Amino acid sequence: MKRAFRPHSILPGFGLTMGFTVFYLSLIVLIPLGATFLKTFSAGWGHFWETVTGARALASYRLSIGASLVAAAINSVLGLLAAWVLVRYEFPGKRIVDALVDLPFALPTAVAGITLTAMFAGNGWVGSWLEPLGIKVAFTWLGVVIALTFIGLPFVVRTVQPVLQELDPEFEEAAATLGAGRWQSLKRVVFPELLPALSTGFALAFARAVGEYGSVIFISGNMPMKTEITPLLIVTKLSQYDYAGATALAVATLMMSFVLLFLINLLQWWSRTRYA
Amino acid sequence: MATDIANSGTVQGQPVAIGEPRWIRITSITVTLLFLGIFLFLPLIVVFTEAFKKGAEVYFESIREPDALSAIQLTLIAAGMAVPLNLIFGIAAAWAIAKFEFPGKSFLITLIDLPFSVSPVISGLVYVLLFGLQGWLGPWLAEHDIKIIFAVPGIVLATIFVTFPFVARELIPLMQSQSSEEEEAARVLGAGGWQIFWRVTLPNIKWGLLYGVILCNARAMGEFGAVSVVSGHIRGMTNTLPLHAEILYNEYNSAAAFAVASLLTILTLVTIALKAAVDWKSQVEAREVRAIREQGLAEA
Repeated sequence: MKRAFRPHSILPGFGLTMGFTVFYLSLIVLIPLGATFLKTFSAGWGHFWETVTGARALASYRLSIGASLVAAAINSVLGLLAAWVLVRYEFPGKRIVDALVDLPFALPTAVAGITLTAMFAGNGWVGSWLEPLGIKVAFTWLGVVIALTFIGLPFVVRTVQPVLQELDPEFEEAAATLGAGRWQSLKRVVFPELLPALSTGFALAFARAVGEYGSVIFISGNMPMKTEITPLLIVTKLSQYDYAGATALAVATLMMSFVLLFLINLLQWWSRTRYA
Repeated sequence: MATDIANSGTVQGQPVAIGEPRWIRITSITVTLLFLGIFLFLPLIVVFTEAFKKGAEVYFESIREPDALSAIQLTLIAAGMAVPLNLIFGIAAAWAIAKFEFPGKSFLITLIDLPFSVSPVISGLVYVLLFGLQGWLGPWLAEHDIKIIFAVPGIVLATIFVTFPFVARELIPLMQSQSSEEEEAARVLGAGGWQIFWRVTLPNIKWGLLYGVILCNARAMGEFGAVSVVSGHIRGMTNTLPLHAEILYNEYNSAAAFAVASLLTILTLVTIALKAAVDWKSQVEAREVRAIREQGLAEA
């Protein structure tokens, strides 16, 4: 609900709540993040640049970004299908399946990590099916994709689902009466309506995957240059007391996250103007 | 309903012109269930079978030994600190943002959401850089013999950081979508600020609030990356449940690791069930409120 600009509300508590909000936000989030940036720049540009463009760092970005893109793409296709099925079709156990979609949000990442590893290892429930086909998942980059697909799963489903629920079937009926085939009206009428939400879901899943740590480190095998994600490289540097190196990589990752955040805000603004 | 669609050529009461052929429906449902089955359902079964692989005795032994108990205790402490603090913050932020107009509001909302876009590892790292021995305040803290990093305060701080936006981001849009008329009426009738909040606002936001608290708590108890960076992994001292599971797993003590993981999985299932219940309850209530309003309008 939009209200006109009102500098003086008759409700009390602005000073108290605003004051506490800014204080707590600064204390917990802004000052620690700001200190991290300051720390990097106090160590000098040369060192920063050297660290973030090192061969091992570059290999880790390639894996983190590449696997996140693949996982977000898988989630876009299957997540869109799942949202469609959950909104439009009826089948037994639908409500339970719907509730379970939130599992990756709520399951601790370490639990997801060791469980997926157990499932996809050569002797695991799924791995033992894939092994004879020559597909190795655990301890390869495919394992990273699997873990990132798992943690990104709810994003696309949960952003597309409400839009699909609100979508009036009248448009599809109109398209049908005008002679459009079912496929044509899905492509021309339904899909464009879902596109902003789908893009937002993709971006959210991707952003989450790029920074993910707990669910990946167990299944990836963590070989430098091959299956080492960027967050793990940060932890490795920290455990070697290379604070400057860890901070430089953290700042590079943070900057990328902020760009993504900006993009997501743009996409959400697009969705809002579209559906408003 | 299911038979309806299969036989009569309607989709949720809609004519067949906007429905799909039967084989497409069945294929779509099968592919979806296969995908969700492998990624969501199978892991749940695997956790419990792995946990009980060496029998119930080993299972209960693994979750009753002193290190596991101290991990449970620390997890409860971290969540017990983080959830109430972020709850108070969430209410304050939502009140300031939803009830008043001021410049820079959407920027403030973005800043509140910031911890969600920061990698968990970095969420821990920022506190190491602030309070660790190499950090800004490290030397001073060491002089005064205060330990934050590799100790309980660091774990609590990292947990607060990663769960920071949960309550706020549920409440802000909810309170923005509700008008302030009821609160303003209460004010005109002479109610004080706290009275307005307890009697008018809280009943309107209680489901959103509960929702945020449930999700905040689940993340607080399950956080791994951020806590891992600040904890130092001291057994029986600075291990939370997820960290304890990791250590056991890396020691090839798989049954014990999954036993600990199963506790966290039970917590997750309870969280999801509560979330679904809150969803359902708030929908029922919204429908009732709407019915009463419509009835009121009809009578008028």
